[in-house]
Amino acid sequence: MKEIVIISGKGGTGKTSLTASFAALAANAVLADCDVDAADLHLVLAPQLRRTTAFFSGHEAVIRRDNCSGCGECMALCRFAAVSLDKESGSYEIDPAGCEGCGVCVHFCPAGAIDFPERLCGEWFISDTRFGPMVHARLGIAAENSGKLVSLVRKEAKRIAMERSADLLLVDGPPGIGCPVIASITGADLVVVVTEPTLSGRHDLERVLHLARHFRIPACVCVNKWDINPETTERIEEESRQSGATVLGRIPYDRAVTKAQIEGQSVVELGNGAAAREIIKIWVRLNLQL
Amino acid sequence: MKVAVASGKGGTGKTTLSVALALVAPQPVMLLDCDVEEPNGHIFLTLEAMETETVTVAVPEIDAATCRACGECMRICRFNAIISLGAKALVFPELCHSCGGCARVCPSGAISEIPRRIGTIDSGIAGHVTLVQGRLDVGNAMATPLIRAVKRHADRGVATIIDCPPGTSCPMIAAVRGADFVILVTEPTPFGLHDLTLAVETVRTLAIPFGVIVNRADTGDSRVADYCSHEEIPILLNIPENRRAAEAYSRGESILSAMPDLTAALRDIWRRIGGGEA
Amino acid sequence: MKIAITTSGETLAAPLDSRFGRAPRFLIYDTETGTYRTVDNAQNLNAVQGAGIQAAQTVAQTGVSRLITGHCGPKAFRVLRAAEIEVFHTDAPTVQEALDRMDKGELLAAQDADVEGHWL
Repeated sequence: MKEIVIISGKGGTGKTSLTASFAALAANAVLADCDVDAADLHLVLAPQLRRTTAFFSGHEAVIRRDNCSGCGECMALCRFAAVSLDKESGSYEIDPAGCEGCGVCVHFCPAGAIDFPERLCGEWFISDTRFGPMVHARLGIAAENSGKLVSLVRKEAKRIAMERSADLLLVDGPPGIGCPVIASITGADLVVVVTEPTLSGRHDLERVLHLARHFRIPACVCVNKWDINPETTERIEEESRQSGATVLGRIPYDRAVTKAQIEGQSVVELGNGAAAREIIKIWVRLNLQL
Repeated sequence: MKVAVASGKGGTGKTTLSVALALVAPQPVMLLDCDVEEPNGHIFLTLEAMETETVTVAVPEIDAATCRACGECMRICRFNAIISLGAKALVFPELCHSCGGCARVCPSGAISEIPRRIGTIDSGIAGHVTLVQGRLDVGNAMATPLIRAVKRHADRGVATIIDCPPGTSCPMIAAVRGADFVILVTEPTPFGLHDLTLAVETVRTLAIPFGVIVNRADTGDSRVADYCSHEEIPILLNIPENRRAAEAYSRGESILSAMPDLTAALRDIWRRIGGGEA
Repeated sequence: MKIAITTSGETLAAPLDSRFGRAPRFLIYDTETGTYRTVDNAQNLNAVQGAGIQAAQTVAQTGVSRLITGHCGPKAFRVLRAAEIEVFHTDAPTVQEALDRMDKGELLAAQDADVEGHWL
């Protein structure tokens, strides 16, 4: 069983669209949507929900107003500007969106007036799709995205893949290079980086390839909407090769990509347009890497 | 006046619009690039007077001679960043959230806080625009402390645009918090709408007035327009898809060069926002 | 000498679990008496990060001087070495087989973590 994670560095380059097409082309795969902050894969794969589980992570501090003596020690100690004074009542309150869950105020409150409950951060789901089982999640508003939920989604997806003797685990990854991306790629067999032929895309690609090298994961690259700037496409492909990544192909700008999304289909399901044809070639070359 | 430019979905045009808004601003303006994992604002500006500062966070250092291995530090730490093992105490600085709890709780005074580098803040000037950009060191996991450091550079007297990271979790919150107005940039597709609803929910939780700019507005369908109408969310601007604009962007040029009409439209947005309209 | 082995089972015939941080339990084998017990790799599952570190602490508290596992990441490795526990890697299929290979001197003490850390 091989695990492939599709990432991008820069957002909006086409990770999810490509993952959906790979899911359509794969024979025996399990799918995971690890972009838990803004999950979109389900919009194309139309999952049938089988199981929902609440996701708790860390804690949050909550002041019991009636027990608050108004000493302000919590505000003095808080390094995250999460505590403020409600002038009317004279007691302090904590902004959940600012609370880091460190527990320092809880520990030092002289009145013992601060509770520290577990924090409900979101939910994760196991579903069935027309391309196989899918594990996905929804992170709550302003929840911390430490990567813990991402790791959980991957772990469950891997477990299902093992149970079903799946050949492939396809993971739709998050943008960026921080915790959630790190959590989605460590230990994977391969990352596929989808980029665009722009200076921004090129700049961000370099950082995400650096990340992949840092974690010693082989990387493949493909340029989406390559015809917007053929010169930059060439440069990106050359730089990718120099950094040790394999170039899988270049997808042309094709309105069929948006059309497919609107119709809730992957690009390769919609038809045989230019983008679809190239995605199939990329899929074939990707499989040769495994 | 602090305007945050955010979105749920990546790649909708936050940086493009942040830069364009900065360039057409009727006054000196500060552009804070808070997409510290993948900062791109500098690509579109010709910058002078560049400066770099190293950004650090505080992590614990234990004086082995003073440490009595009581384990209090380990018990207060919520992040497994400090471990007390018999005679030794170990620190995992990469897991530390810099809350200061261990240093404060240590009964022997054996813990001091030392700086640990997480990234840099680069700044420069392009005409009337001052760019302050955070850049997280690759391999570093936590973006939020660096975003907070970038925001501390905001100058009260100067109009500020905050280019936010995508998503709706802690980094976006850290970037948006404290803004007077949020512009949410989206595209009229299923992914665009879905992620917009998440961003709207987030901004409403933060109780900051906001409006929407629809990019590539003539692609996709009417779902975003319908949603905004239903939710009574003002659409500040619809920008049509423009191949030449995309090509200009790919070369690191401002969208204004390919779409000069945008200048008047964006200046109008400044007026609307500055005038307190939401 | 006491040795900890990562496992998913309860006896010497049980399979060796190749992961350290997420292994279900540790079998603690006493070479002097030939007896053993198992310790659950129970962790604060709600912790935001650092499962490997917590697992290493659990092992350190059992009083073993050696650990046999499949793979061990850098953070866990650091804690184990600080607790003066030697770490040995093996692909032996069962706990018993792992102990036999150690007995025959086929296992070498690791100098460093052998896999990259997972973020969690």
